Amino acid sequence: MNLTVHAPILAIAVPLLGAFALPLWGKLGRSLRDLWLLLVAAATAALVALVAVQVYTTGIQVYTLGAAWPRDTLAPGGFPIRIILAVDALGAFMGLIATLVALVGFAYAARYLAEEEGKTLALTLGTLLWAGMLGMAFTGDLFNLFVFFEVTSIAACGLVGYRTWTSRGPEAAFKTMVLYTVGGLFFLLAIALLYGEYGALNLAHLARLLRGSTVDRVALALLLGGLLMKVGAVPVHMWAPDAYGEAPAHGVVLLVANTQVSLYALFRILFTLYGGLSDPGVGWLVVGMGALTLLVASLMAVVQMDLGRLVAFGAVSQIGFMLLGVGVGLTTVASRPGYGLLALRGGIFHMLNDALAIGLLFLAVGAVERAAGGRNLGSLGGLGHNLKWTSGFFFLGALALAGIPPLNGFASKLMIYQGSFLLSPILSALAILASILLLAVFVRAFQGAFLGPRLGKPDPVPVPMLIAMGALALGVLFLGLFPDLVVRHLVTPAADALWTGREVYLQAVLGR
Amino acid sequence: MSVVVRTIARILVPVALLFGGYVILHGHLTPGGGFQGGAVAASAVALLLVAFGTSAVKGLKSPLSVLEDLGGVAFVVLGFLGIGYTFFFNVLAGSGGLFGAPVAPGPNPGYLNTGGTLPPMNWAVGFKVIGGLGAVVVLFALFGGGDDR
Repeated sequence: MNLTVHAPILAIAVPLLGAFALPLWGKLGRSLRDLWLLLVAAATAALVALVAVQVYTTGIQVYTLGAAWPRDTLAPGGFPIRIILAVDALGAFMGLIATLVALVGFAYAARYLAEEEGKTLALTLGTLLWAGMLGMAFTGDLFNLFVFFEVTSIAACGLVGYRTWTSRGPEAAFKTMVLYTVGGLFFLLAIALLYGEYGALNLAHLARLLRGSTVDRVALALLLGGLLMKVGAVPVHMWAPDAYGEAPAHGVVLLVANTQVSLYALFRILFTLYGGLSDPGVGWLVVGMGALTLLVASLMAVVQMDLGRLVAFGAVSQIGFMLLGVGVGLTTVASRPGYGLLALRGGIFHMLNDALAIGLLFLAVGAVERAAGGRNLGSLGGLGHNLKWTSGFFFLGALALAGIPPLNGFASKLMIYQGSFLLSPILSALAILASILLLAVFVRAFQGAFLGPRLGKPDPVPVPMLIAMGALALGVLFLGLFPDLVVRHLVTPAADALWTGREVYLQAVLGR
Repeated sequence: MSVVVRTIARILVPVALLFGGYVILHGHLTPGGGFQGGAVAASAVALLLVAFGTSAVKGLKSPLSVLEDLGGVAFVVLGFLGIGYTFFFNVLAGSGGLFGAPVAPGPNPGYLNTGGTLPPMNWAVGFKVIGGLGAVVVLFALFGGGDDR
């Protein structure tokens, strides 16, 4: 067995097997379960890293399930009918983000979750969510994108409703489930339309066939609508603050990664599937959604009194930045590739930066909630006296998210500001305004929760949770100090894969 | 429930299980398969609950959830069988063993002993669905309040 060739499917199958077997190990004993999870997580991380190295050094990896050999993508008629995985630089980049977040989340969960709450189930759902995210990132097939979309939806809703003993947890899970299901149905309907018209489901094959008919446009609208619901862009964002506020902290970071992987699916559809039909109207639509999202969400963050919901609105506003960057890229890349690619790179780099910064903030909020027993800014205060590390991490994450140099949020936001300035200076101004609002919000939150007189004696934060936060904080610092390194080696190939790499992607799958 | 319902349920539970098993077993030949057959078989659990009340199904929760996990594990393991070629490669098809008879060319009624890894995969999915749906029904009964018929 050639591990390198099989790595893309193994990276999905191993966590899937791990998730299914985890409750069985849990019945035998807790230490066996933890050992199994460690094994599965280490193996998956190694496989994803192997895939990423392969993709970045040798190009797109294609894998055909059930064929006589992995590169055998075409059926005798000359078109692809099997389940095909196609991992290009962007897919590998998303796989890396999901893996990084999952590893940090599991390290954090080791001491964050209590056994009697149902820790085994939370770990199972987390592993399943991880497998689903990797599937979404690696698949080259529209229908399997939907299948993994649903896998992540179900696992995510399970995590949101994890705190069954509260009334708000299941309520948030129900709200999330409704939005995810409606989004999934939109997606399925679009797939049915495209399949009815062309009789094909493979992304590359469909991309060659699309003619831009009215049905194609309707399908695009449905795909956009369905994915924007999953992403949490503003008119359909109402599940996000509830879900981020109620899910356990290790699940929230996975949910954030999940929205980003859904965003990736959106970009894959806009650029790879519909890239042949250039329509600036679609780009403007994405830009508009992005601008609306970042502005409305940061304004909503101002009025929040619950620390979890406050950070959640911050997370929603960051989705706006990514949509703005990639929307600007979509609008301008055909006419002015220099600016378009800069905005694209900014949007994609911001995914990584956001995963680290907002992940750090959510983990810090989880630590605060556990230590102080609540999240209401009205009753918190003076936690900085005892929780020195946690307050430091929160401060770092807040500054990074608000885009203060020399932290990582600044690096990618500057690229987005520059790219969108060309399209319209108003967009840059709006984005900067949202950043300033976020800074004000986080300064207030930091002051309210961590500064001031000592109000009580909080419980100490367990070391594994601090290590998990420390790993993200190191990432925030590293990406902020050496953004050039990451942009050149990881982000640029990923952004180029969307636009200039489209033809390469199609050829890798179709062979012509 | 009344004695009529209970008597009919005693007759129908084996029938539902048998029909579910039939749909799963013929999944590679006829419409249906693991999911549909599993849902039919899981309706037996619902029937037990309706006819005999919560106490009759309470003990099924743990075995059903183990069955669900085993079904999921079995499915992925069956996928790994083909890893010498590719994941999901049908190594049993045409091998002459169980489910390995070569498929007859031309129109035919369909032979059960074909399909390779597909029938075992249908069974894996079937067990997962019986376990999953059955456990959901049992959980509804356990958390459904005091209405114990």
